[in-house]
Amino acid sequence: MIARLGRGVPEPAAVGLAALVAMAVCAAAIGENPLGLLRALVLGALGDTEGLAFTLYYATDFIFAGLAVAVAYRAGLFNIGVEGQSLVAGVGLALAALASGGAPSWLAILVASLAAMVFGAAWALVPGWLLARRGGHVVITTIMFNFIASALLSWLLVDPMRAQGSMQPETRPFPPGASLLRLDDALVVLGLSPTGSPLNASLALALAAMVAAHVFLFRSRLGFETRVFGASPTAAHYAGVASTRVILIAMGLSGALASGVAINELLGAQNRLILDFSGGAGFVGIAVALLAGNRPLAIAPAALLFGFLYQGGAALGLDYPRVSPQIVTAAQGVMVLLIGGLLGRRR
Amino acid sequence: MAMENILSFLGAALRLSTPLIYACLAGLWSERAGVIDVGLEGKMLAGAFAGAAVAALTGDVGIGLAAAVAASMTLAAAQGFVEVERGGDQIVCGMAVNMIGAGVTAFVGAALFAEGGRTPALPREARVLPFVWGQDALTLGAFGVAAITAFILYRTRFGLRLRAAGENPRALDAAGGSVRATRHAAVAVCGLLCGLSGADLSLAQAAGFLPAMTAGKGFIALAALVFAKWRPGAALATCLLFGGLDAAAIRMEGAPLPFLGVIPTQAFQALPYLMTVVLLAGFVGGARPPAAAGQPYRRE
Amino acid sequence: MPALGAPPALRVFGVTKRFGAVVANKDISLDVARGEIHAIVGENGAGKSTLMSILMGMVTPDAGEIFVDGVRARIRSPRDAAALGLGMVHQHFMLVDTLDVLDNVMLGAEGGALLAAGRKRARARLADLSRAHGLSVDPDAIVGDLPVGLRQRVEILKALARDARIIILDEPTAALTPDEANDLGLLMRWLAADGASILFITHKLNEALAVADRISVLRAGAVVATHAAAATDARELARAMVGRDVDNALSRGDGPPGRTLLEARDLTARGADGRARLSGVSLSLRAGEIVGVAGVAGHGQSELIEVLAAMRRMESGALALDGEPVDAAVYDPARARALGVAHVPEDRSRHGIVGEFPAAGNAILGRHRDRALGRRLLDPGAIRARCADLMERWDVRPRAPDTPVGRFSGGNQQKLVFAREIEAGPAILLVGQPTRGVDIGAIEAIHRRLLALRDAGKAILLVSVELDEIFALSDRILVMHEGRIVGERATASTDRREIGLLMAGVVERAA
Repeated sequence: MIARLGRGVPEPAAVGLAALVAMAVCAAAIGENPLGLLRALVLGALGDTEGLAFTLYYATDFIFAGLAVAVAYRAGLFNIGVEGQSLVAGVGLALAALASGGAPSWLAILVASLAAMVFGAAWALVPGWLLARRGGHVVITTIMFNFIASALLSWLLVDPMRAQGSMQPETRPFPPGASLLRLDDALVVLGLSPTGSPLNASLALALAAMVAAHVFLFRSRLGFETRVFGASPTAAHYAGVASTRVILIAMGLSGALASGVAINELLGAQNRLILDFSGGAGFVGIAVALLAGNRPLAIAPAALLFGFLYQGGAALGLDYPRVSPQIVTAAQGVMVLLIGGLLGRRR
Repeated sequence: MAMENILSFLGAALRLSTPLIYACLAGLWSERAGVIDVGLEGKMLAGAFAGAAVAALTGDVGIGLAAAVAASMTLAAAQGFVEVERGGDQIVCGMAVNMIGAGVTAFVGAALFAEGGRTPALPREARVLPFVWGQDALTLGAFGVAAITAFILYRTRFGLRLRAAGENPRALDAAGGSVRATRHAAVAVCGLLCGLSGADLSLAQAAGFLPAMTAGKGFIALAALVFAKWRPGAALATCLLFGGLDAAAIRMEGAPLPFLGVIPTQAFQALPYLMTVVLLAGFVGGARPPAAAGQPYRRE
Repeated sequence: MPALGAPPALRVFGVTKRFGAVVANKDISLDVARGEIHAIVGENGAGKSTLMSILMGMVTPDAGEIFVDGVRARIRSPRDAAALGLGMVHQHFMLVDTLDVLDNVMLGAEGGALLAAGRKRARARLADLSRAHGLSVDPDAIVGDLPVGLRQRVEILKALARDARIIILDEPTAALTPDEANDLGLLMRWLAADGASILFITHKLNEALAVADRISVLRAGAVVATHAAAATDARELARAMVGRDVDNALSRGDGPPGRTLLEARDLTARGADGRARLSGVSLSLRAGEIVGVAGVAGHGQSELIEVLAAMRRMESGALALDGEPVDAAVYDPARARALGVAHVPEDRSRHGIVGEFPAAGNAILGRHRDRALGRRLLDPGAIRARCADLMERWDVRPRAPDTPVGRFSGGNQQKLVFAREIEAGPAILLVGQPTRGVDIGAIEAIHRRLLALRDAGKAILLVSVELDEIFALSDRILVMHEGRIVGERATASTDRREIGLLMAGVVERAA
């Protein structure tokens, strides 16, 4: 399915397979049974409703992050700052959510989500502006902005935004209304057994964002201009495409999409602002977007693959205490390196 | 501040600068040859882990250092293969190296020592220890490496070709030089220096490896490289400055400054990144990377 | 004069090279004697650059042999080529802009692991060469700061400093004034008299005839003729190049031009480097005429057409379209199109097309705001239909809207660009280098179409470095030199010599 949708990349399925092989080799290297390990990985991620729900929950983050990377990439901008944009989006979300006490739930959610998008977009717009107006290389500036965002969040949570009387670097819990519908809540209402996962309505939002990104890039005039600019800034200039506008729109959209990670994690699961809540999803987004060939509709399957790997990796620890879940990060790195090489050959 | 305090501050600044200097010069070698490297962090981490793990297992600091360099250079070789031979996207490959570095060190560490990815605390004989003015050989070596880098870059045939490979690889090719060999060599040196940078973290500054112990130093080094406009002397100076900031942050934690009051530690942590962004924005004179940096070379 | 009896300095025998299905060089044989200037002429894509790449070791041939001084040579890398005494002056200079002249001359032949000794030797060598050939250049100057003519000199010095005895010059006059080109011709003669063998690649037949001893013609990858320069003429060479008689007879209507559609007054503009590129340019363009802009590359023609097409900001001056003044502050490419100005850009691959986009996407590039392509969203079906229609009208092959345009030949790419711009129905057409990188069949088609458009009442501004093209198409000729228009002539009342002098900046004498 990924292979069909992601026509831009040769054999992504083979790349996924290579990652599994890499993990099996790693397992064998430390004296574990590779097949048993892979079986545990698959069962942990897909074997029961809890695993499945967690897989989808992680995939939700990765869809948002992957879309964020892909939309910017189509404009020729390698946005490595999705991680930082998610973090700053989380700050905006928390400020709005914490202030929403007494508001009806739908309004609290709407305002908190919008605040997240605005903050995420704003954090991405600064590197965009620096590129458009001052020629600052977007890869470097977005990397720098990740660290600045992380320092900012850490300062906010140990000082001004920390819950009174708490020693933890986190805010007080959001008011009850500021929380997205969880699958488990729905299941309980229906009299079914809950999955024990924080899977929530963000997944639907992620899928909607995916379709919207596709329509934007491939059907709208602005999307056409974005892609022309990404493929050839000189031809875009000839075609009357205003570069500043395209850069700012692409980075703004990218940052807004990155805020989806904050929505899923904070409004869907944590219900408070905590340190490093995005957990590296912004970087996984790079791998997801690459695997999907930066095609929005191929992002969901690619994100699902990574959701599967992350949940499977986390579940491994039960049966294989010696195997660190970080094995997935290593496999992800191998995949990205392979895709990088394949992409290079194609050009 | 008493003399003693000043000296101890300078000593701390030097120590904290050391891994940055190695990593920044590593990036300089690679990028001056036209290979952008955002994967310094991953190679440093690999070096830090391999150094500490092997030193812990053998009890020999020399073997540990060699292992650190070997691990980092292995990653660099893989990276270089995809980038130079396959023409892979250099940013993508660098990010991949970071992921591999973070993942493999944590995974192997957990499997080998079962201490949540840490290596056991290293005994004195398995560490790089200070021997003169409270500084160790790696710190002193960093200055030597900076000088050697400048010499090779500007005074030797290899350096000339390296700069040509980074500015106009076609010209080098047409003149009979090998872009491939030059870039491979540059990436290998980059791996070597990243290994030393990582070894400094786990064998000199700490007595062992902690997961993710590089904590963004690879990216600070990258920032320093931009700040130094890809020149060796300026790279050394910038890393000393950034190391000094780090030392000042630790020293001043919680202590109020005149006029400014208490400055949060996070502000100091973010300062190198902010300074680089400001420089990149062209507010303090432009920084122009090597013209061919980031572009795979292929004959027409 | 070629030495008799000795083996040729360079002999190419039966060289063949394929790239996939394309045969770039087909059984090529030719030789260059010691002291000979041998010109190689051919159309775009005839295989000239592949042959040079083979000689310089950048490309390995599939078959064939190369002999240097009668000895079979294996040239597997540029290093091998240099060791055999082959040197090349590239059309796109192989220089490192950030390095100084000395470092550029030394690169690849440093003479030791440390640079100091080599720099000293190179400095002495440059001084010798400067004395011997009058090729002086400051050895410590940064190459990026030098003007084009001097950069070419550095390229030549690079070859000479390596004692190249066989020197290949690839389209060396493209960026030179006629005077500089003359000087280069003298230098070639001088070097040949000194015993060097010179391979001179050009597409300008007159230059080949003026400088070379012999001329070989390449067509479709094969040598189709070799003539002594003294025993042939441009007509014969052109026929050999194209494979049939070239029909130079272009017909044009003789109606008088109509009203003025474009009027520019005192335009000034700067280049990307901040230097002034246009200084007070005024011109007018009327319906039903073609105005040619002649000039040596880099004298402001590109900037002129970019300013008119709104791709470059005009610093001062005034522009009026069809009598209406244009507000420079809001004049951008989209607005220019809306005002009926179409633009066929001179650098097709950078500006005119997006190589990785399908032909369909390219068929709407810059025209994508057209509501006929979909009201709110773009309709892929409408875009494809638009592309198919343009391809039909302009005979673009293959008729494949979904194929990336980068896979089309240069001629077909250019026809698609013309189709896109002209079928939008503009009143004014700005055309830059319309036949650059285009095969002769497409050149003829494009020329005929341009004249038909003129007869249909379009106002056409034609910028070209090809004087032949300017003369064949223009009603009037403007000549640019150093950012100014230094002369205007009716085509019927001038000649190449006069235009050439104006291009060199010799204003008064020509008047």
